[in-house]
Amino acid sequence: MGAQLRIYRQKIKSAQTTKKITRAMELISASRIQKAQARMAAAAPYTRAITRAVTAVAVNSNVDHPLTTDVADHRRAAVVVFTSDRGLAGAFSSQVLREVGELTEKLTTEGKEVVYYLVGRKSVSYFSFRQREWERDWIGGTDRPEVETAAEISEAIIEHFLRDYDEGGVDEIHLVYNRFVNLVSQVPTVLRLLPLEVVEADENAPAPAASDALPLYEFEPDASDVLDRILPVYVENRIFASMLSSAAAEHAARQKAMKSATDNADKLIQNYTRLANNARQSEITQQISEIVGGADALVSAK
Amino acid sequence: MAGTPLEVHVVAADREVWAGEASMLVARTVEGELGILPGHEPLLGVLAEGEVRIHTEGGIILAKADRGFLSVENNTVMVVASQAELVA
Repeated sequence: MGAQLRIYRQKIKSAQTTKKITRAMELISASRIQKAQARMAAAAPYTRAITRAVTAVAVNSNVDHPLTTDVADHRRAAVVVFTSDRGLAGAFSSQVLREVGELTEKLTTEGKEVVYYLVGRKSVSYFSFRQREWERDWIGGTDRPEVETAAEISEAIIEHFLRDYDEGGVDEIHLVYNRFVNLVSQVPTVLRLLPLEVVEADENAPAPAASDALPLYEFEPDASDVLDRILPVYVENRIFASMLSSAAAEHAARQKAMKSATDNADKLIQNYTRLANNARQSEITQQISEIVGGADALVSAK
Repeated sequence: MAGTPLEVHVVAADREVWAGEASMLVARTVEGELGILPGHEPLLGVLAEGEVRIHTEGGIILAKADRGFLSVENNTVMVVASQAELVA
């Protein structure tokens, strides 16, 4: 076999192997999206209940709570970055990190110091490669977020938020995550979590109807105690919702990336097959012409 | 109004644990036991440790909802806790 032909065959083999892997990953992601979406849907009643309760307390009382009070000048901000643990998901992690870069620039020009909380191995390796500091990280389970992790994160950031500035406390907290819009679109989103502004539970949720107007609630024991209990839960829920959305987005991004990788492998295989056929044919042609030439030489030698 | 049963939802952070109709619900808030019958005024209460008893036609359902809260409005009761579960 000619050297050229052998090289083409090798390349075809390697493209085929890659294709098998990417195809498998595509299928796995496709099945996991369904699960991730189901989890998002299952968590929706909780989000709705919490948001409604927080809104109710906020509307019915004018209690000041440390988590809702805004200080006059913000001097330090914390950014919670949600990336994936694993790569091969296209621009999934890098688009969040780019968004973080832009946010950092914006905050810095406003004269704020920025500290980071990282979720997902990709953000940790991004930060450590650039030798940038971060406060704390959570690695593992980004494709299947647990409530416990969300609770841990919210505990850490609330503690940091309530600390005094002089002791290293922060004045505002932002979340940066990939919001799952649909199977083909994931949008990197920045959300200012603290000080709290109560936002609609889910961007996809229907707007509350007029009949949903909040009644006057009785509070037990009283409004500020209820707020004390509910606000941290609300923060935790926002974080959990971001993690779920990010997980679904991760699977969708990976499926898309693996689909195009599979398509590319197909194209490569096709191209190399053509080249290999070409090489084989020219080898045969050359062999024939050598035989004919040899026979001719023998005839004329007689 | 008292004729209509209560609509009860027990919700945990990652799923809805139980939903159905009930004639009465008894929960322990930080201020003490609290019974809710149809037609109760809108209420937001902080739950203390202990079980929530949901009286349905088929009997009493016990739910655990630690560190959660309870909201009542329009004959709808939401028992919300980050970790809620039914007890046997």
